[in-house]
Amino acid sequence: MVNQLFPLTVRGATTRHRGKTLVGPIDLDLDGQGTCVVLGPNGAGKTTLLRLLHGIARLNEGAITWACDQHAAQTSQAFVFQRPVMLRRSVLENLIYPLRIRGVSRSEARDRAERWAKRAGLGSMLDRPATFLSGGEQQKLALTRALIMDPQLVFLDEPSASLDGRATREIENILADTQKTGTRLILSTHDMGQARRLADQVIFMLGGRVHETGPAAPFFENPQTLEANAFLNGDIVE
Amino acid sequence: MTCPSLAVSVHAGQAISRAADQRVNLTLADRPRQQGRDRLGNPVECTGSALRNLPVFAGDKEEGRRLDDLWQGLMQAIWLVVTLDADLVEISLRSLQVTLSALAFACLVAMPLAALLTVRRFRLRRSVIAVMNALMGLPPVVVGLVVYVLLSRSGPLGALGLLFTPWAMIIAQMIVIIPLIASISHQSLRDLWFEYHDLLISMNVTRWQKITTLLWDARRALLTAALAGFGRGIGEVGAIMIVGGNIDHATRVLTSAIALETGKGDFALALALGFILIALAIAVNLVIHWLGRTEREGRW
Repeated sequence: MVNQLFPLTVRGATTRHRGKTLVGPIDLDLDGQGTCVVLGPNGAGKTTLLRLLHGIARLNEGAITWACDQHAAQTSQAFVFQRPVMLRRSVLENLIYPLRIRGVSRSEARDRAERWAKRAGLGSMLDRPATFLSGGEQQKLALTRALIMDPQLVFLDEPSASLDGRATREIENILADTQKTGTRLILSTHDMGQARRLADQVIFMLGGRVHETGPAAPFFENPQTLEANAFLNGDIVE
Repeated sequence: MTCPSLAVSVHAGQAISRAADQRVNLTLADRPRQQGRDRLGNPVECTGSALRNLPVFAGDKEEGRRLDDLWQGLMQAIWLVVTLDADLVEISLRSLQVTLSALAFACLVAMPLAALLTVRRFRLRRSVIAVMNALMGLPPVVVGLVVYVLLSRSGPLGALGLLFTPWAMIIAQMIVIIPLIASISHQSLRDLWFEYHDLLISMNVTRWQKITTLLWDARRALLTAALAGFGRGIGEVGAIMIVGGNIDHATRVLTSAIALETGKGDFALALALGFILIALAIAVNLVIHWLGRTEREGRW
């Protein structure tokens, strides 16, 4: 699948809240391949950067330019939140919802939802209320609901935070399968093991700015900045 | 001659208290005739009904008059229901017809309005919400008067000929319950919107889709709002008396019939109608809860 969203160019992107700069100015160039992992300590601006790129956070200054027009870009993306947001419906209805709002017929939406649910291991719980699922199952459902729309880019905000090893592995398996289809993933994480397993490219953030960026292997082996080196060594970085 | 109870209450109360202190067994017929003065200062003599609203200290063989009224009311209510009294059925059905119609129309206006106020940001939004909340306490009598003026022959809507018809009562009830339903709905939808906001924005959902999603997913909370509206509507009397006129076989409903019977002094019948009104309200609530499948495992 050719990713029509990329290259993505970000120039001077800044977001503020009540006069305080949360993130920015950010300058970034991203191409359309592999998985990009956003790293950094708490409060570095990882989540805000993802929200800014996706268009949930307000862009106060600068520009975010996709390779296609804005509407096509918005409809080709999906976002998976750190705390999965479950519609107060059944698992099946949660999967059908994004298809129905795009105008897919109910029968086709149902077929696709059942197929995706089986693929994600949710096939046996289609009629259960989504809010009654465990944390891992909810995150899997949120991820499947994002992927069912065949997005070209998926933002994932700490998708395996507070999940156990088994649930994390299941999420990562789904992500690996997704990546093979050509879908670009941009995810933030605190889990260094996950970052090493998934990353093709790394963005290291500190104090609301991009501190270092580049391919994953050189970054993990030989970071260019002292702060990135300290972060990788498990030191406290502020 | 009518006997205002307020004027004689002190004397009567004292007399009965004395009787109770002396442990004298009194029947209603044996009660001492009390002297008192009406509001104009004229001497009056009263027994029986004038004591109706006073606490009655009963002896061993007599029950209090008020309790007697309650008992009689309950018995009459059961009798009216068992015999399917034609007048009772008629006014009960009219009560339901008026209130359920008003509720349906009110929900059609109030719930989308609440959803719109939830998802749409505009300059006076907070003021509109504050006014809407304040209107929950809208006095029905004032609503009745305004609707009366609008629908009266010389009023702007007089040509429609709706005054003293069930339609006028429906309109008045709608106006009374819309702010209540809208306000309670808004509270529920606002909480849900807080939860859904980022997800729906992320999915590029249109405003209309946001509204329909919120209304559907909050449907059980909205049911509570509708039931609150029904409760206020079915028990409402001020507005519908004014615009309906309490005309027998035309606009008489349970509440206006209760007011009429109370005015006539037939407390037992009024109480009977009251018990039936309460039973009807509970029955409708139960049916709606049952249909809505609320409070069941695995439901929201």
